Amino acid sequence: MDFRKLPIRNLVRRPGRTATLVLLVLLLSFTMFGGALTLLSIRGGTKSLEGRLGADVIVVPSEMASKVNLDNVLLMGTTGSYYMKADILDQIRAVEGVEKASAQLFMASLRASCCSVAVQVIGFDPEEDFTVQPWITRSFKRGLGDMEVLVGSRVSTEVGGNIRIYEKDCRVAGRLESTGTQMDTAVYATIDTVRTLIKAAEDLGHDLKLPGDPSELVSAVYVKVSDGASADNAAGYINGHIRRTEAIRTKNMLTDVSDSMAGVSFVMTILIAAVWLLVFFLILIAFLMILRERKKEFASLRVLGASSGMLSSMVFRETAIISFTGGLAGIALACLIVFPFSALIEKMLDLPFLRPAAGTIAGLAVGTLVMCMITGIIASAWSAYKLGHVDVSMILREE
Amino acid sequence: MSLLELKDISKIYGELKALDNVSIHVDKGEWVAIMGPSGSGKSTMMNIIGCMDKPSKGQVFLDGVDISKESSRKLTEIRRDKIGLIFQQFHMVNYLTAVENIMVSQYYHSLPDEEEALEALGRVGLRDRAKHLPSQLSGGEQQRVCVARALINHPELILADEPTGNLDEANENIVLDLFRQLHREGTTLIVVTHDPEVAEAAQRTIVLEHGRVAREIINENFQE
Repeated sequence: MDFRKLPIRNLVRRPGRTATLVLLVLLLSFTMFGGALTLLSIRGGTKSLEGRLGADVIVVPSEMASKVNLDNVLLMGTTGSYYMKADILDQIRAVEGVEKASAQLFMASLRASCCSVAVQVIGFDPEEDFTVQPWITRSFKRGLGDMEVLVGSRVSTEVGGNIRIYEKDCRVAGRLESTGTQMDTAVYATIDTVRTLIKAAEDLGHDLKLPGDPSELVSAVYVKVSDGASADNAAGYINGHIRRTEAIRTKNMLTDVSDSMAGVSFVMTILIAAVWLLVFFLILIAFLMILRERKKEFASLRVLGASSGMLSSMVFRETAIISFTGGLAGIALACLIVFPFSALIEKMLDLPFLRPAAGTIAGLAVGTLVMCMITGIIASAWSAYKLGHVDVSMILREE
Repeated sequence: MSLLELKDISKIYGELKALDNVSIHVDKGEWVAIMGPSGSGKSTMMNIIGCMDKPSKGQVFLDGVDISKESSRKLTEIRRDKIGLIFQQFHMVNYLTAVENIMVSQYYHSLPDEEEALEALGRVGLRDRAKHLPSQLSGGEQQRVCVARALINHPELILADEPTGNLDEANENIVLDLFRQLHREGTTLIVVTHDPEVAEAAQRTIVLEHGRVAREIINENFQE
């Protein structure tokens, strides 16, 4: 027998107690790792969103502004099919303080025989765009050709193949990196390609309720103001002077997202702290009960020559095994829930959700394991000390 | 030649003097019984000799070395290296088998050796019970395992506290026969007991009363 395995032997002989302690640590690990992973994902998604959203003001048709949640449409990438005249772009460019303005054109494909995939198609102008182009450039270096598309990270299609939209074949030129928003489920093309697809839809008899010829329409205009200029003033001017449009300050939307994120962070932090305290005290109580139960066993081992340090270390090794097992199981469970259901979590929280890099996740897992082990060791420290320093003569005389 | 010498030992708990200026000596290879009524200081003396407690006053010499002021860690080392302990309540580790209970003593002393542990069990007539847990052994068998455990590291002194207190007559005789065998081999034995028959098996009996040595009795009829 390997006596270094005495702690394992002791844990195995009390499966109920051991399983309860492992479950407690699992709860702690799951909450810490799952909570921190969710927070990091939201933070990553928001950061990615801020990075991509270089616009100070977004201009959309006024009638759609009253119909849908603009935050979702413009920040989460839940685009729709809505249109306004393309000459609005020139009017916006002429507004004082506007440095850049770029249009995008949206349309949706159908889950029908005409289309191989039901997606949102976003058309942008590669020459003028400053919102999606920097993001696209990170994954796709060359220019996008006619009838070529880039697919979001969550669109299931092969790069190099074709997707069919309203009977038109579009070549998939590349896949974009994840953003944590519904933009990951969209397809990107030049504005001219999207106009071709809109025309194809109409030719197939789909009524898109276009207010004019597709070549004269856009869905949204993204505006960047010059240094020193006021975005509020620019948005106010557009709202007052350009008819049938709604200019929205993106800063306000990002502030809302940041506020929501701060709320989620607060709740998550309180939850983690509460679970930590609960688990800490339950482990503490469990080990105090073990202390009463195992006094004689430890006194016997002391008589046989075990030093107090050896016995304390035996308790700590038992705690370490429990904490490591529970910690690892909690991390695995959190991974099994957070990763496959990230889209659902994103929908429930209504916040961008971008999974951190593998290295960050690994670091988080190691940190969680270390925290679990430290928690277990601190909670059992008093019992370990008392068991290591049992009054042998007194205990062995007890009947 | 003296293996153990207690010089003017006192152990005081508040107002109570559990041991009061006690001086005894035990020679190497000697078999000594310590007798006395409850509260006479037997257990206190056993704890001090067994390095489980320290005297309030006086000196304890073991193998010529004063151990009365040693640290708890040092006393653990001395106990591990020089003393084999046997208790009335056996104090076996209940989730280890008979042979493992002996090996755990080897583990803390040096290295566990299963074959040697099995030999020790064979010596007390329990080799066939090696894989049994304490709960599967009778009281007499448990005590014999404890004797084997006390012997395994070849201690200079076997210290037994009421070793037959929980045994029937047959098992008491088996344990006393084991002690006789150990004595013949030169092991020093100190047996704390309140049983006159067990004390009569020893060469010499020290009688304690009220924390003092009341008298010493040499057993004229001692048989090897």
